[in-house]
Amino acid sequence: MVKPTKVMNSIRALRDARGLTQAELAARVGVTRQTLIAIEGGRYSPTLELAFQLARVFGVGLDDVFQYPEE
Amino acid sequence: MVYVERNVWSSLVVTAIGMIVYVVIVLQEADGGPLTTVDWAPIMFWTIGACIVASIVVSIVWGILAGMREPAGVGKSDVRDRDIARMGTRVEQAFIAIAGVGVLLLCAVQAEWFWIANTMYFGFAIAAIVGGIARVVAYRRGL
Repeated sequence: MVKPTKVMNSIRALRDARGLTQAELAARVGVTRQTLIAIEGGRYSPTLELAFQLARVFGVGLDDVFQYPEE
Repeated sequence: MVYVERNVWSSLVVTAIGMIVYVVIVLQEADGGPLTTVDWAPIMFWTIGACIVASIVVSIVWGILAGMREPAGVGKSDVRDRDIARMGTRVEQAFIAIAGVGVLLLCAVQAEWFWIANTMYFGFAIAAIVGGIARVVAYRRGL
């Protein structure tokens, strides 16, 4: 199946490194756990605002959380 | 499954069942004769009313059951729900527009009230079903 978004992310690794569960991270950025699962799995591209919120929770830059492959 | 997705599923299933029930009742009433002789209005409005009530009841019951499993998720919606709802609405509007044009054409040729009303009814029903399917697919496979 073709993924609906090319945007890749490191949320899972960043979350694991900080010992955060999906539910905890979802609550921190104000989304449902299912939305966080969809973002982690590359099935939903978050809004810019949500992307910044996620980066802020991890204390890193946007590029460290989300990556876009070269053509 | 999030609260809004449950509501989408409830509406989708109830609308599909309601449409089938409506068709069966109309065909029974026609009893092999012309469909235009059927007193369609009360059947249509009762079916629409029953669908609205059933959809609300299913959502509430399902919500209670889901809330017992995951109390934190009750009634929550977020930006993804809004994005998916917006996409579903765009899909629905296309079908409603087609039905609207169909109604205008039927009016232009002075068709029977039965065909005009049913074109609009099926336009709404099919729009709701296709829009619901689009939303469910977006929840399951991604937006």
